Amino acid sequence: MNLLLDGIAWILDPANQTGPSGWFARLGEQLAYTFGAVAIAALIAVPLGYLVGHTGRGRDIAVSLSGGFRALPSLGVLILLGLGLGIGFKAPLLTFVVLAVPPILAGAYAGFEAVDRRTIDAARAVGMTESQVIRKVEVPLGLPLLIGGLRSAVLQVVATATLAAYVSGGALGAFIFAGVATRDYAQTLGASILVTTLALVLEGIFALLQKLVVPRGVVAKELKDVRARSSRTRAVMGTPIREGK
Amino acid sequence: MNWVSSNLDLVWELTLAHIALSVPPIVVGFLLSVPIGWIANRFRLTRGTILVVLGLLYTIPSLPLFIFMPLILGTPLLSSLNVSVALTIYAVALMVRTAADGLASVDKDVLQAASAMGYSGWQRFWRVELPLSGPVLLAGLRVVSASTVSLATIGSVVGVTSLGYLFINGFQRNIPAEVVSGIVAVLLIAVVFDLLLVLLGRVTLPWSRRERTGSPRSARQRTALLAGGVS
Repeated sequence: MNLLLDGIAWILDPANQTGPSGWFARLGEQLAYTFGAVAIAALIAVPLGYLVGHTGRGRDIAVSLSGGFRALPSLGVLILLGLGLGIGFKAPLLTFVVLAVPPILAGAYAGFEAVDRRTIDAARAVGMTESQVIRKVEVPLGLPLLIGGLRSAVLQVVATATLAAYVSGGALGAFIFAGVATRDYAQTLGASILVTTLALVLEGIFALLQKLVVPRGVVAKELKDVRARSSRTRAVMGTPIREGK
Repeated sequence: MNWVSSNLDLVWELTLAHIALSVPPIVVGFLLSVPIGWIANRFRLTRGTILVVLGLLYTIPSLPLFIFMPLILGTPLLSSLNVSVALTIYAVALMVRTAADGLASVDKDVLQAASAMGYSGWQRFWRVELPLSGPVLLAGLRVVSASTVSLATIGSVVGVTSLGYLFINGFQRNIPAEVVSGIVAVLLIAVVFDLLLVLLGRVTLPWSRRERTGSPRSARQRTALLAGGVS
């Protein structure tokens, strides 16, 4: 536990906070990697996922892509791109885009798929055009699942961004690797605590966001479902049950 | 390809080390998750808390967790136990929600029927709940397996031998072929594990094969497969 206190002391030490190699700046780099990569990935994956979800075509490819990428070792991809593209922010950024695409793609098409087919039929029946069906029905109803996809992408990238320091320096991982190399355990632990806290805070924000984007009508139905219990949750004793009469 | 053919022994040795490092977390994680998932379902108040707290464990980035492990366990810095235990934590974090959902997906009428037939709670769990939630559990296990095999590579950053060694060594000596062979070997292990799990499912859950692909149950398995991930 003493070491843990050393780590917290390292975080609180003003000498480690400001300046270009202080943890404020490194935290900023970590966030820039995360949101930069997720934004680029979203530009690719959201239209693609919507296309798959709306038309139902290429579903199998999308499923195996988003499932199979889970086994792709991020460190290996990062190092391979680092060897190819050289030192700089490009290799880590590209790696994180590759990591972020599958969960966002899955969130986008699963969101469209989860919409009840009858709802879409109803939307067509009241005269909505194809683009209205997408914009006014499928996108809002699929939003919670899309945010879920973005949430796992952000978490995956913010965790992996720690490894960026291995090929190009920068971000919070820089402290972890420097600490391991110089046996400065307080520095390693301090940075580890910061990365973990950052991940937990982002998780909390996204969990909240995911709740907030559920359309009002859907929330109302959920509430109603809770109240309207089946009339036969308990066994009926004594009186015979007459069904369908 | 030259690099691979001249270093086949090294790759094979690391592959075995990698398998030895990733199999125990998958197995132990599964064995821990099912009872925890059952407890989470059994007592309504605990369900939310257990699932949220264990789910949050998965958000801890792997490199920091590998570094925290010696402090918590009191193990030496380079012990492979650090990585194994950390991977088990991730396996449990991923698996518990699927286990709870799988057990909850068993039709209540079936459970009542089993009780009415005179099954005790213990028998009912082993003979009804567990087999019927099998397909969902298997889907979760496949996700855990892929994620564990991939995460084990990061252990090599903290000095625990796995296929990740090929990444580190390939980077230091600037041999892209070495890094590529590491990636391919990890993917191969993941695919073989996945096939073995599917085979295991065929043997232990023979009835699930007859289910049509469009059923709500298979849709649920698909959503389980899509559950998010961290590395």
